[in-house]
Amino acid sequence: METITKPTYMKRKKDGSISLKSGSKSERVMRWTIILFILLTIVGFLFFDYTGLHLTTAITETAYNLKVMFLEPALNHFSWGEALYQIGITLGLAVLSTVLGAVIALFLSLMAATNLSKEWISKIVRIIVAFIRAVPTVLWVLIFAIAAGLGSEAAVLGMLFHSIAYLVKAFSEAFEEVDKGILEALRATGSNWWHVVMHGVLPSTFTYLLSWTFLRFEINFSVAVAMGAAAGAGGIGFELFMASGFYFDLSEVGFITYAILLIAIILEVLSTRLKKRYFPASVRH
Amino acid sequence: MNQKVMQKRKWQSTLFLLIIIAVTYLSAVITNFNFVDGLAAFPAAIGWIISNLLITQESLERLPTILEKLNETVFMSIAATTTAAVISIFLGLMGSKTTSLNGILSVVARFIAAVSRNIPVVAWALILLLSFGQNSVTGYLALFVGTVGFLTRAFIESIDEASQSSVEALTATGATYFHIVNKAVIPQCLPQMISWILFMIETNIRSATLVGILTGTGIGYTFDMYYKSMNYNAVALVTFSIVIAVIIIELISNYIRKVIL
Repeated sequence: METITKPTYMKRKKDGSISLKSGSKSERVMRWTIILFILLTIVGFLFFDYTGLHLTTAITETAYNLKVMFLEPALNHFSWGEALYQIGITLGLAVLSTVLGAVIALFLSLMAATNLSKEWISKIVRIIVAFIRAVPTVLWVLIFAIAAGLGSEAAVLGMLFHSIAYLVKAFSEAFEEVDKGILEALRATGSNWWHVVMHGVLPSTFTYLLSWTFLRFEINFSVAVAMGAAAGAGGIGFELFMASGFYFDLSEVGFITYAILLIAIILEVLSTRLKKRYFPASVRH
Repeated sequence: MNQKVMQKRKWQSTLFLLIIIAVTYLSAVITNFNFVDGLAAFPAAIGWIISNLLITQESLERLPTILEKLNETVFMSIAATTTAAVISIFLGLMGSKTTSLNGILSVVARFIAAVSRNIPVVAWALILLLSFGQNSVTGYLALFVGTVGFLTRAFIESIDEASQSSVEALTATGATYFHIVNKAVIPQCLPQMISWILFMIETNIRSATLVGILTGTGIGYTFDMYYKSMNYNAVALVTFSIVIAVIIIELISNYIRKVIL
C-alpha cells in the first residue's frame, strides 16, 4: 500500500488548519460570475438616467393604476366582438410565423446538423442563424416594414425570421442527439440521405420538434402582442398601446391585460401538458 | 406493429396535418396575410436591406452616442436580471415542493410567478410608463417584473430536480431550515441557476430594445429616433452594435456555462 506511506498533500490555511473547500475551476468561475453580476448591477444603478422620476408619487400612482386595471376592467372604445377579432389577429400572426417558421427551419436545421450535412454548410447556416437571432424581433419587423410596407406581411416576415433562427438552433441540436447507430444502420443498407432523414432522423425526433414548435408558438403570441404595440402590426397589442398611450383608459388596459393573460396561461398549460406527455423524464428547455 | 396500428397512425398524422393547414389558412384570412405578397416582399426586402442599410462615415460619427445608450441598455438588463434573481431565489424556495414552508406560501409564489410571467413585458412597460415617466427606471421595472416570473419558474424546476437525499440527510442531523437550504439545496442548484440567469440576461437585452422603443429610453429610443427620421445608415449602425453586444454576451455566457455545468 504505497499510497498510505506517501505524505498526502493538503491545502492549509495560513494558521495551519486544513482548508475544507478545494477550489475547483468551476467553483472559481461561479464565484467570479456572481461577484461580476453584483458589481455590474451596482454600476448599472449608478449609470441610470433618473430624469423626471419622483419615486414616491410614481409608486402610489402605479398602485392606484394597478388597482383600477385589475379591479375595474371594462371595454369602452370597442365591443366584445371586436376584442375577440383583435385577439384572433394576434393569434393569427403567431400561428403564421410559427407554422411557416417551423417548415423552413426544418430544412435549414437539416443543413445545420453536423451529423447530416457537410461541415462548411453547417457552419455557414449556424453563423447566419446566430446573426439573425442577435437582432431583436422588433428591429426585424420595423426594417421589413420599410421595405414591404406596414401590414401583416412585414410583421409575419419579421417574426418569421426570428422564429426560424430560434427553431433551427433547437431542431439541429435535437438532430445531433439522434443515436449514431440508427444512422449507421440505415447507411449500411445503402439508403440515401433522404431515406436516412425520413426514416431515421424524423421519426425519432418528431415529438421533440413538435414540443419546441409549440413552445415557440407560446413565445410568438407574446411577441405578436409586442409587435402590435411597438411596430403597429395590429391586433390586441395595438389596442393595448392605444388604450394606455392615447385614451389613458386604465379599465380598458385592465381588460386587455386580462385577455392576454388568459390566453397566455392556456397556452402555457397546453405546452406543459405536451411536454409531460411526450417527455416525462427529461424536461428540456 | 401490425397493419391496423400503422393505418391508424397514418390517419392520425394526416388529420393532424390537415388541421394545421386549416388553422394556417384561417390565420392568413383573419390577418389579411397574402402568401404571394409575402413571398414577393421577401426578396424585395432583402434587396432594400442590402442597398440601404449601409454604415457610412457620416453615421460612424454618431457611434459615441449610440454606444453610450447601448451601455445604458446592457446595464439595465443586467441589473434587472440580477435583482430579479435575488427575489426569484426566495420565491423559488417557497414554491418548490422540496423546500416549501407551507402550502399557502407555495401557491402564492407560483401565482405571482404565473401572473408576472404571462403578462407580456410590453404591457408592464406601458402601465409603468404612465406614472414613472420616460427614464431608465421604467424599463428596468418592466424587465424586472417579467424576469421574476420567468426565473421563479426556472428555479422551482431546478430545486425540484435537486436530489432529495441530501436534504433528507441534513434533516436527519437536525439541521435548521437555513442550513438545509444553504448547504444542500443552493450548492446543488447554483450552476443551473447561473445558467438561467445568463440566459435571461441575453433575452433581456433584446427585450430592452423593445421596451426602449415604448418607453423612450436606451438603445431602443435611439433606434426609433433614427428610424422615424429615416436616417437608415444610423439605423444600420445601431442594429450592428446591438448584434455585436448580444453576440459578445452570448460567447461569454457560453464559456461560463461550459465550465460550470
